[in-house]
Amino acid sequence: MPRIVVDVMPKPEILDPQGKAIVGALPRLGFTSFSSVRQGKRFELTVDGEVTEDILAQARDAAETLLSNPVIEDVVNVEVVEA
Amino acid sequence: MTELPLIGEAVAVAAEPRLAGAKIGVVTFPGTLDDRDASRAVRLAGGTPVELWHGDSDLGDVDAVILPGGFSYGDYLRAGAIARFAPLMSKIIDAANSDAKLPVLGICNGFQLLTESHLLPGSMIKNDHLKFICRDQVLRVENNSTYWTGDYAAGQEITVPLKNQDGQYIADEKTLDALEAEGRVVFRYVGFNPNGSRRDIAGISNAAGNVVGLMPHPEHAVEVGFGPESLDGIGGSDTEGLGLFTSVLNKIVGGDK
Repeated sequence: MPRIVVDVMPKPEILDPQGKAIVGALPRLGFTSFSSVRQGKRFELTVDGEVTEDILAQARDAAETLLSNPVIEDVVNVEVVEA
Repeated sequence: MTELPLIGEAVAVAAEPRLAGAKIGVVTFPGTLDDRDASRAVRLAGGTPVELWHGDSDLGDVDAVILPGGFSYGDYLRAGAIARFAPLMSKIIDAANSDAKLPVLGICNGFQLLTESHLLPGSMIKNDHLKFICRDQVLRVENNSTYWTGDYAAGQEITVPLKNQDGQYIADEKTLDALEAEGRVVFRYVGFNPNGSRRDIAGISNAAGNVVGLMPHPEHAVEVGFGPESLDGIGGSDTEGLGLFTSVLNKIVGGDK
């Protein structure tokens, strides 16, 4: 079953409090090479059958209207992943 | 239905009979917590609360709507993001934007719903300290000309409970400047910013002033003995949240406020 993957990230100018907490925890575990972490979201939309252009367009539309809030987030990737 | 006072004679609120005809709809979504409190606040203010269900397709004959606090859909996706597409929300959005200017108040999760619906600008993200916070919060009424704040004095400071996880109000600088210039910052945190909100903003309105959203909970400060100062005794700021509810009722019945 093909899936459409949608990746959403907080906008660059938005402080990401969760990413900030994670970057603070990393050095405590010995991971000292990472200066910054930003946490986003990955959605997997399963399609029954073939992913047509129309279905992909619907996914892009859904990504902009429901899956992300354009005030604070960017849709950074929409792609088809075959099972 | 008559609301029985919880502390007999100590109840100082004298609701005006002329307000009882005003109907305020209170919307319940899956995961809403404070709908009963909001209804009780309406009743104590003298109005008539009307229960509304998010799946309804009709607002009935309500004169105003409250989107109460809670965790609609468990805050999944983003706070308010799923509830925002409830059937009743499209009716509320249309009515709020119409010439009739339906008064709408969003409290906490209701405020998040109003930003997700684009009835109000900006958005809410996780508190800057990443923790849930619950405290008695001092607010300044920055604008007393909205539908929901007419009974307060301009600059009046009130204390109401605050409780949230995703309460950090953010918007871009241009939007914040516009909100300030147009007097649309309705409530501001005083003394302590509990969540990192830009410019200490606790609540804002739309341009017409009929739609107001705020993170703190005025509906939890409407009753003597159960408000922020109840630990110190009866009175004081116990009922300082009631003004939002009396304001809209007076506005609806065409009071002199």
